Amino acid sequence: MFILNHLWIILALPLAGFTISLLAGRHWPHKYVNLSSVTAVVLAFIAYCELAREFVHLAPQQPWIQSYFTWMTAGNFRVDFALQVDQLTMVMLGVVTFVGMLIHIYSTGYMAHEEGYYRFFAEMNLFMFFMLTLVMAANLVLLFVGWEGVGLCSYLLISFFFQKKSAADAGKKAFITTRIGDFGFTLGILLAFWTFHAVDYKTMFAQAANMAPEGLHNWGLLTSICLLLFAGAVGKSAQLPLYVWLPDAMEGPTPVSALIHAATMVTAGVYMVSRMHVLFSRAPAAMLAVAIVGAVTALYSATIGLAQTDIKKVLAYSTISQLGYMFLGCGVGAYAAGIFHLMTHAFFKGLLFLAAGSVIHAMGGEQDMRNMGGLWKKIPWTYATMLIATLAISGAPFFAGFFSKDEILFEAYAGPNANHLLYGFGIAGALLTACYMFRLIFLTFHGKPRYDEHHVHVHESPKTMLVPLVILAILSIFGGWVALPPYWGGANYFDSFLGPVFQTSSELAAKLHPDWIEPAHSLELQMTGIAVGVALIGFLIAWYVYVLKPELPKRIAQSFRPIHQLLLQKYYVDELYEAVIIGPCVWLSRNVLWKIIDVGLIDGTVNGLAFLSRGVGGSLRHIQGGNTRSYAVWVVAGAVAVTIFFVWMVR
Amino acid sequence: MGNASYILSVLTFFPLLGMFALLLLKGDDHIWIRRLALVTSVVEFLLSLFLLRAFDSGAVGYQLQEYYDWIPGLHIHYHMGVDGISLFLIILTTFLTPLAVLCSWNSIHEHVKEFFAMLLVLEMGMVGVFCALDLFLFFLFWEVMLIPMYFLIGIWGHGRKIYAALKFILYTMLGSILMLVAILWLYRLSGATGNPTFDLPVIQQMLGQITLPWSTELLLFLAFFLAFAIKVPLFPLHTWLPDAHTEAPTAGSVILAGVLLKMGTYGMLRFCLPLFPRVSHQLAPEIATLAIIGIVYAALVAMVQTDLKRLVAYTSVSHLGFVVLGIFVFNPTAMEGAIYQMLNHGVSTGMLFLVCGMLYDRRHTYEMKEFGGLAKSMPVLCGFFLFACLSSLALPMLNGFIGEFMILIGAFDKHPAWAAWAATGAILSAVYLLWAYQQVALEKITVEKNNSLPDASPRERVILIAGSLVILFMGIFSPMFTHRMDATTNALLDQVSRGESAEAHTNRVAPASGHANIQKQSKHELAMRSVTLERRAQP
Repeated sequence: MFILNHLWIILALPLAGFTISLLAGRHWPHKYVNLSSVTAVVLAFIAYCELAREFVHLAPQQPWIQSYFTWMTAGNFRVDFALQVDQLTMVMLGVVTFVGMLIHIYSTGYMAHEEGYYRFFAEMNLFMFFMLTLVMAANLVLLFVGWEGVGLCSYLLISFFFQKKSAADAGKKAFITTRIGDFGFTLGILLAFWTFHAVDYKTMFAQAANMAPEGLHNWGLLTSICLLLFAGAVGKSAQLPLYVWLPDAMEGPTPVSALIHAATMVTAGVYMVSRMHVLFSRAPAAMLAVAIVGAVTALYSATIGLAQTDIKKVLAYSTISQLGYMFLGCGVGAYAAGIFHLMTHAFFKGLLFLAAGSVIHAMGGEQDMRNMGGLWKKIPWTYATMLIATLAISGAPFFAGFFSKDEILFEAYAGPNANHLLYGFGIAGALLTACYMFRLIFLTFHGKPRYDEHHVHVHESPKTMLVPLVILAILSIFGGWVALPPYWGGANYFDSFLGPVFQTSSELAAKLHPDWIEPAHSLELQMTGIAVGVALIGFLIAWYVYVLKPELPKRIAQSFRPIHQLLLQKYYVDELYEAVIIGPCVWLSRNVLWKIIDVGLIDGTVNGLAFLSRGVGGSLRHIQGGNTRSYAVWVVAGAVAVTIFFVWMVR
Repeated sequence: MGNASYILSVLTFFPLLGMFALLLLKGDDHIWIRRLALVTSVVEFLLSLFLLRAFDSGAVGYQLQEYYDWIPGLHIHYHMGVDGISLFLIILTTFLTPLAVLCSWNSIHEHVKEFFAMLLVLEMGMVGVFCALDLFLFFLFWEVMLIPMYFLIGIWGHGRKIYAALKFILYTMLGSILMLVAILWLYRLSGATGNPTFDLPVIQQMLGQITLPWSTELLLFLAFFLAFAIKVPLFPLHTWLPDAHTEAPTAGSVILAGVLLKMGTYGMLRFCLPLFPRVSHQLAPEIATLAIIGIVYAALVAMVQTDLKRLVAYTSVSHLGFVVLGIFVFNPTAMEGAIYQMLNHGVSTGMLFLVCGMLYDRRHTYEMKEFGGLAKSMPVLCGFFLFACLSSLALPMLNGFIGEFMILIGAFDKHPAWAAWAATGAILSAVYLLWAYQQVALEKITVEKNNSLPDASPRERVILIAGSLVILFMGIFSPMFTHRMDATTNALLDQVSRGESAEAHTNRVAPASGHANIQKQSKHELAMRSVTLERRAQP
């Protein structure tokens, strides 16, 4: 019971690593930085393992809460620094500490030659601290602390190579775009407090559980709260229309993309929606919004992924798309499926990024797939692990992504909140996923080398980088088996583990849809067949186009030039935002608010009045003559005048 | 009233003692002048910490009071006292003054003795303003504080310093005169009750018992409010501020932003709300609207500045808008948030100005295009700069978040749309601060000189670390502050809510009926009330 009684230890470890590395690391050799930062994260993972043992032993049906001190209090508003663990937190903690640890280890190899080694690890540690705060928070405001904190670390790490303008721009863009979503999130917290007079989950959920579920058309407080909170998730998890920051975020070092922009931070929105499931389940309109945004984003961003040539950009759009699937799952009430996909995605997408990093490392910094090709012989480990991850994300049978994506699509088709149209989006996205992922594999590793073999000496990465790849590859294969569904002979341990958390919502869903009947296993098998078939088609297209007829892509690009340009330029959304929002806002501020109103109107009036009075009182000019004695005279005169006035008044 | 304590007088006049000691030194003995000023201000800070021990957080009303007859003929008393509002403002003042002394260490070369003497007189004036409970005394300190600031800008400033100083003094004097008239008017009113006085608690009590004619109360309120609104500054009275800040020496900017602006919001809490609760309530929507316009407008204008110091100056207008909003929603959470935000703003914006000053010491410019890439040559200084920015853009776990969030919670309770508009300030603050940070610290170094700039010196590190520790501490342990404000804010809000019921009674009787109807009704009430007043006034 040691860690359960001292939950703060898990937070304190990365915080200590951050503090030490930041304060002392500047002049340290790398191994000392590793000793403070990497050790801190490894210890955090060990602490998590012990916590997991204690937790399973205790098997609490209610969240285990520990409160440390009051962080804010005024009037009837009060926020405690309180941490909690329940099954959902345990899953998230596991993902964050485990993947975080692997990526820290990987980074010791990847970042070995970069300037600012200590800064990188300090910021990664800080990120771990805030991410763990986010998932362990026992109230909405503390969650927001983690939420903003990871945003800060994301900003710092994206602009890690701050001397590059593009990196500095990307970091700023990420922070500001997510802050736009957080505007909604903040209002959501305010409205939640207004409604429940509390911000801690326990009180909020207890009250919400007594509130009548709202309808699809009659919105009430719950729907409003959920929609506002979801706005925050849209920003943080890069969904339509606020996804634009994530592709740019690839300016950061690759381990950062793997940890923050694939495995953990961007999934915070999914976690938050699942955490708030008590509210969301009672707000069908908000659920529908979540599902629609998720499904549309999943398809939309997959189409962009088809045309990108930067290996990391493809993965970025793929991440956006996969996050869409998670939201689709949450939106149709399958929170456990959403979280399951979050976990498997952390494995295979983390792996994809790390492997991409290994490719980039091998190529000496090259990221454009058009300048790669035929690499598989030279970096076999990287190739093998990346292929496994690609199979996993494409939904190849019995790989991790297969189970999780299937579960989401199945729930979207046959669950209580089923929506066949959204299912259609999802399945179309699945086809494209297999297609763009194998395009990436074929372009990078197969065909003839398209780089200058005399100048680029492709080399396999060091062990510190390969070991994490292999571990994640193993998980990308077997990680899904924890949720082996009954028709495959499993018992879906994952779902039943999360049961205590989501039980009320699934009961409610069944109650709200009395005519819904549990679908038969045969349907489930059919659906799986469709999904696999679709993925196969996607694979075949990619194979045909990029392996059999490598000259075809150019011809397609030419004959469908407008469409290709549209996809390549990402539907011109960035340009649209610049032209419609940012540009006018800056223009207005500079030319109207500042130059006309502030300097012209207000200041002009003041100065005009001053000028006028100077003109009128020209004879009083010597008042401001700068002569100290004359000031003194005036002070005395004023004092006399005031005194006379007084005496007159008191009389 | 007992005179058991004299700590407030000591706090107020200790800097004066330091100043006189300073005057004894030779004018060219710069080292000892600086040291003496530093020692004085540090001792003053340590002394002010005793306030925390002496202050009883459970007690309602003024504490540590001192009460002496001063000019009996005019019923002027020397009356000092603190409550939960002024307590931390005094400590903020004594905390920022040593930083102001330290940051002027090498940047003031002319009239060094006079400079530090002015700074200490200024400190006396500021502490006095926060302690004074006699209107005359308050006004005296208020004016005493303006003069050194005028000279700080006018003599040791740069650029168009004379213009800026004059603009500062004229704007503020305009407010002062209005306030003086209002003070004298109040004195006269108290005289009419047979007990002429300048004593704030007495006047407050008097105004609670009689009901002034609406127009009188309105005019009195406006006279005070305008004086304070200029000081805050509330949109659209803010245009003196960017000029004054930009041209002032660093120490001047730190004190100006850190403390002097708070005099405005402090005055609203100390005078406008308790003395004229009815009008405060009546005008709250308009004032809140101006505050919100200020938040958004100043943030937008800050976004397009090219001069770093001017940018920071505009952020002050935006942040103080939050404070005014927090005051005028009459909610305990928002009010404590507002007081907290006053402290936060003092520390964070103070630190931003300190960083500006350090950049200026190195490059003699505030133009952001002259910088760029400084994180390469000055990683430590830029790290602290970023930290100050984060505090100012309300990152949770740093001080700014707590104040803003409490204000939003309270404002939302009153009017969700107000909270929503104010919350856009959080987006915009990220825009302008990160943009500024990028222009100064990130990207490639474009100006050759910037390659060889020295990083923060030990003296500068002391300043920056002190500020950062406070920012972090206030971001985590906020109840240590807000607990000491509870009693005062609750009492103040009680008093204001009495004004609300009175106001609801008089002016919001029939919201459905037309405007003319209401006016007629209030005219009638006014007539009734002036009768009662006269009756009470002449027993």
